[in-house]
Amino acid sequence: MSAVTASATHAGPLRVLLQNRVVTLSIVVLGIFAIAAIFAPYLTPYQPNGLSMRERLLPPSSEHWAGTDELGRDIFTRLIYAGRVSLAVGLGVAALASVFGVVLGILAGFFSRLDPAISRLLDAMMAFPDVLLAIALLAAFGGSLLNLIIALAIVFTPRIARVVRASSLVVRELTYVEAARALGVSTPRILFHHVFRNITSPIIVQATFIFAAAMLSEAGLSFLGIGIDPSMPTWGVMISAGRQYIDTAGWLILFPGLAITICVVALQLTGDGLRDALDPRIRKSI
Amino acid sequence: MEHPPLISVEGLSKRFPTRAGDVHALEDVNFSIPRGSIVGLVGESGSGKTTLGRCILRLVEPSEGRVMFDGQNILDLPPKELRALRRRMQIIFQDPFSSLNPRMRVRTIIEEGLIAHRLGGTSRERRDRVATLLEEVGLQADHMTRFAHEFSGGQRQRVGIARALAIEPEFIVADESVSALDVSVQAQILNLLLDLCEARNLTMLFIAHDLSVVEYLCDQVVVMYLGHVVENGSTALVHSQPAHPYTTALLSAAPVPDPFAGRDRNILKGEIPSPLSPPSGCVFHTRCPLMVEHCRQAVPELRAVGGRRVACHRAEDVLAMGPATGAAATL
Ligand SMILES: Nc1ncnc2c1ncn2[C@@H]1O[C@H](COP(=O)(O)OP(=O)(O)OP(=O)(O)O)[C@@H](O)[C@H]1O
Ligand code: SF4
Ligand SMILES: [Mg+2]
Repeated sequence: MSAVTASATHAGPLRVLLQNRVVTLSIVVLGIFAIAAIFAPYLTPYQPNGLSMRERLLPPSSEHWAGTDELGRDIFTRLIYAGRVSLAVGLGVAALASVFGVVLGILAGFFSRLDPAISRLLDAMMAFPDVLLAIALLAAFGGSLLNLIIALAIVFTPRIARVVRASSLVVRELTYVEAARALGVSTPRILFHHVFRNITSPIIVQATFIFAAAMLSEAGLSFLGIGIDPSMPTWGVMISAGRQYIDTAGWLILFPGLAITICVVALQLTGDGLRDALDPRIRKSI
Repeated sequence: MEHPPLISVEGLSKRFPTRAGDVHALEDVNFSIPRGSIVGLVGESGSGKTTLGRCILRLVEPSEGRVMFDGQNILDLPPKELRALRRRMQIIFQDPFSSLNPRMRVRTIIEEGLIAHRLGGTSRERRDRVATLLEEVGLQADHMTRFAHEFSGGQRQRVGIARALAIEPEFIVADESVSALDVSVQAQILNLLLDLCEARNLTMLFIAHDLSVVEYLCDQVVVMYLGHVVENGSTALVHSQPAHPYTTALLSAAPVPDPFAGRDRNILKGEIPSPLSPPSGCVFHTRCPLMVEHCRQAVPELRAVGGRRVACHRAEDVLAMGPATGAAATL
């Protein structure tokens, strides 16, 4: 194999990713959501909790792009601020679940002695329906934003741990890991530089899917009134509060519903695109 | 007076437990490697060569036996002392593709051992050392910033050699280190290994598929069959007068003109028996043209015959027949 063809197959995953127009669009959409969340105060003249009794349940207009709710609060403003919390939950859960999952998965994949115990624990966690497990954990921890993130992170940890375990089982048999052992490289260094750094692709893909799933779960829990303190708006909280006006003022749940749907679909599509771009088997055929 | 050997393998056995039963990869292996010599290890695929090399470096735990390295049994060493001893022994792998971490630059790959053993000094000194090593193995200093995928197979193998040499080991296992390469590149790498052994006074266990490459490189040869050492002696002697029917067969399958030609075909009639249930008596009896009833029952001891060690009840007969006759009988 010549050096030229070798480097061609390694053409940046980013290039491969952006060749897919649907994925590019998804990333742009996610970027817009992120920018809106970060710059929320600069994007709207209203306060998310600014009440106005005279302006209750107004339909969308040039003044209130997404209308107002039963307390006269501007829904567009609340959507942006709610996006901050919803995105923070998704991001926090994805990050924390990745940390837990990587630790458990590498330990199980690399140390055969720990594997049975860890694998059984993961199987047991997977056996519970996601939402039920989250409810149980929240009941134990008490409801707060941080506890919600921790509870959902625990719920989604097995998804990361399983791909990490499977990948570690493969990588640990590769010759360069044996070479490192033969050199006398310490086990922690082997785990990080030789195992972890070679299994980051499936972790990133899974974390993207968890991001989406966590946002959906948060909405579901908020809808059931179990998640976060309702004074802190999330898209789920807004839907939950707006459902009694579904016949008379449908925009109360339409817009937060759209926000969740668009965000989750964009994340899913990005995850699919990442999986294709990072999977060397698919990339070789491109 | 004879120097004590650097490596001495005593009664080494390795069984891999699998669902189908124990794989008998090595059975009571005994041989030694004199300091400064190159010992060839040959045998068909599956005969246990890689397992033996890995056991000697304790990259897998043997089931039984001892591996004496410079007078100490490395199988007794606690993990910390073992890691320290790893500095003195290294391995060069068969597959130049899977043996280099794809996420690391060549410099990081080569200096990893230096860092692990706190040998390299400052980052600058390590850099210089990596540069020297790269030149020594026939690459260029500026290759150190590249990744493994930017190299050809032969160049990768050179990186693997530089990695092994970086910590200045005394002993190296070269596990079929050229068989995955193009024929023309094989000769270059073999000569590089030979030069390095001489320049650095290395002791080497050179694992190969067939005897022809071994004759070119090695002082002594160990012939393995199904986890057993069947013949062991000076390369010249074993080559000119094999005393084991299996060695005879290996030799007859290795045409003389091109010592570097890669051959990977079945050498003997019949399949190599499964190491899950090795044959009784002499493990070679299912394929041996000289087999007699006694061979089925009694395991032949590795004994001295005609200046080498051989495990065959009829070694004297094999010697008397000469290499040509033995081969003719086999093929
Ligand atoms: N980790 C393992 N688990 C189970 N069996 C194994 C393992 N490693 C090796 N074996 C078996 O042990 C036997 C010897 O294998 P080994 O790789 O040492 O042979 P080899 O002589 O190096 O062969 P090759 O020329 O193909 O490299 C084979 O039957 C192999 O299937
Ligand atoms: S002991 Fe018997 S079967 Fe084994 S190699 Fe010698 S002659 Fe052949
Ligand atoms: Mg091998």
